[in-house]
Amino acid sequence: MAHVLPNSDPKPRATPASNSSEFLQGAKATVPMIIGAIPFGIIFGTLAESSGLSLLGAMAMSLFVFAGSSQFIALGLLATGVGPVIIIATTLVVNLRHLLYATALVDKVSHLSHGWRAILAFGLTDESFAVVNNRYIERTDTNRAHWFFLGSIVAMYSNWQLCTWLGIGLGELFPDMTNWGLDFAMSVTFLGMIIPYLRNKPMWLAVISAAVFAIVLRDLPHQLGLVVAALSGICIGYASQQIELRINFSKAANGQNKGSPL
Amino acid sequence: MNEAMMIAGMALVTFSIRYVMFAMAGRIRFPLWLKQALTFVPPVVLGAIIAPLILMPEGVLDISFANPYFWAALVAAGIGFWRQHLLTTIVVGLVSFVLLKWMMS
Repeated sequence: MAHVLPNSDPKPRATPASNSSEFLQGAKATVPMIIGAIPFGIIFGTLAESSGLSLLGAMAMSLFVFAGSSQFIALGLLATGVGPVIIIATTLVVNLRHLLYATALVDKVSHLSHGWRAILAFGLTDESFAVVNNRYIERTDTNRAHWFFLGSIVAMYSNWQLCTWLGIGLGELFPDMTNWGLDFAMSVTFLGMIIPYLRNKPMWLAVISAAVFAIVLRDLPHQLGLVVAALSGICIGYASQQIELRINFSKAANGQNKGSPL
Repeated sequence: MNEAMMIAGMALVTFSIRYVMFAMAGRIRFPLWLKQALTFVPPVVLGAIIAPLILMPEGVLDISFANPYFWAALVAAGIGFWRQHLLTTIVVGLVSFVLLKWMMS
């Protein structure tokens, strides 16, 4: 039983042992994200039926779409009687941020086969991106890093399915759960997700103007108000960011001319 | 049937967004302005979704004491900025919502 003793390990620990150890490390690094995702998965499952989604549909959405926030949004839109085309279009707008994640990681996966790339893309959630991107920043041994990526995805995915299923069961047991204020759960979850972004004036301006537009345009048909509000907010945020950059630039230039201590 | 089509569409759209860059393996580069504009997308979309839910739960703008959504969101936002912790924000927000609703009934 020599292998139980740590100092009898013949291999140096510095080299990553195998694909399976990378896989496990990826799964392990994702655990904090999983803890955060558990309540959302359960709430999604419980809200499905009262929003007008069948139980099979809720499960299928978690299995095939696998994108927490857009699944919630789809429920919200379904509840207000919006048609599938608008819901799909909204999913597109909401998930555009994944394009950014993929752009950040593409150089790390471009040597892999198309099958591998497709699987890793399917699981490119906010959470796995955060964990995997960190792995690429912190460690230079990237030969087996795609197994780490896969481990993170499998952990996230299986937890999401389990929580959806649990939530569906709970919703069945307590059909009046919607009256408990769980409809507020989605709002407060999104509110919490917005807060870390609010670190500069352009972002504040973008979010506030989108909120104002969404309220003013609420009665536009087919929830068009949401899309118009989002696009307006993005334009306003981008414009104010450019203006801020110019102002800072000219301030810096003036400061230099006057020989200011700054 | 409608539902199956909706889910298939959502799945296709989501996967395409996530896969297109990987599939092209770095042969697409975005212009800087588009990259900068995309950084606004997540908070803006989420904000546009929740603003009407919180501020007009009955269909008209309501920031009176009788709107628990508004006050609970205010409490949650306060905690969120203070603690910077998602789970805490959600739990505090939910608890205040339930308390406010109970107090008003």
